[in-house]
Amino acid sequence: MTLIQLFLEFCRVGLFSVGGGLATIPFLTDLGERTGWFGPGDLANMIAISESTPGPMGVNMATYVGFHTAGVLGGIVATLGLVSSSIVIILVIAGFLEKFRQSKAVDAVFYGLRAASVALITAALLQVAKIALMFHETPGGETALLYWPAIILAAVIFVCVKFTPLKKLHPIVFIAASAVVGAVLGL
Amino acid sequence: MNILIDLFLTFARIGVCTFGGGYAMLPILQRELVEDKKWATEEELADYYAVGQCTPGIIAVNTSTFVGRSQGGIAGGIIATLGLVFPSLVIIMVIAAFLQNFMHLEVVVHAFNGVRAGVVALILSSVIKLFKNAVIDWPTRVIYAVVLVMAACGAFLPLPEGALGTALRFVSSPVFLVIAAGAAGLCVRWAKGGLRS
Repeated sequence: MTLIQLFLEFCRVGLFSVGGGLATIPFLTDLGERTGWFGPGDLANMIAISESTPGPMGVNMATYVGFHTAGVLGGIVATLGLVSSSIVIILVIAGFLEKFRQSKAVDAVFYGLRAASVALITAALLQVAKIALMFHETPGGETALLYWPAIILAAVIFVCVKFTPLKKLHPIVFIAASAVVGAVLGL
Repeated sequence: MNILIDLFLTFARIGVCTFGGGYAMLPILQRELVEDKKWATEEELADYYAVGQCTPGIIAVNTSTFVGRSQGGIAGGIIATLGLVFPSLVIIMVIAAFLQNFMHLEVVVHAFNGVRAGVVALILSSVIKLFKNAVIDWPTRVIYAVVLVMAACGAFLPLPEGALGTALRFVSSPVFLVIAAGAAGLCVRWAKGGLRS
């Protein structure tokens, strides 16, 4: 019974959250309140772990909540619930786009839409940058506006990826290197 | 190799390499899909993100379904998405079951502060690549600037309560901005007479 409920609840989360994994948080808060499966403290823990483990955040959260609620099967069922609504909707849209790909009108819509898409990704980048590079709490309890060690690390990685032969390396190499630098320097 | 197996393995690898939300996945997608496998172009990737941002579901899943569908039909769309979520299922369950204190380890906290900074640099480099392919003339420059300002205002400024706040939240939401930009693209091409066949 719990498994069916988990599947349906996460179908709903998938259906109503538009955007990245962060968009699922309000729906998960509501889910926890309604079902009592987890409290706000659990949720904060889940967000932290989902952010810092491999895999897209939204998927990680579904797996974690499902596992927390009903074990291994729960984790699988919640994740399948989350993706099933997306799969159906995107397959329908992709089929439609394929049919009208030659249309000049559809091409014109994408001409405008693509620029907006890059702008939205830039806005998301600014949000990530704010979290990663600004307002860092020092051990003394004060908050530094600019967190220089992280800014320098980001700048060095950017120069490597953009202007040196190292750009041929897979991005995961740079992620691993940043993790090592962070751990060694105690960022 | 069978395309379905290839899709599953490629997207499983993308899942393992992604730290954060769907945006953090972008540098990995560019490397794996555009440069290595040639399953999509930079333009197509921007298109998938545009649709993924204004349709239900998280962007990472929407994008993998799109690419899978284009390479292996309906089965491809399903298999690619299952490949993407497979590593999460294994890793999260192992951590949830055995490493209760994972997030409290000092070294993990520091490592992830480092990862976040590195991911900022990688996304910036991805955005520059996409920008060159999508923002190509004056109308698209204007669309880019307007959407960026609106989205940034929505994300960073405290919006007032009540009807005005609701209206502002609506016009700064990705759904509205993407649809408006699509309409703008259509108008620009129409005004230039580019819709006549």
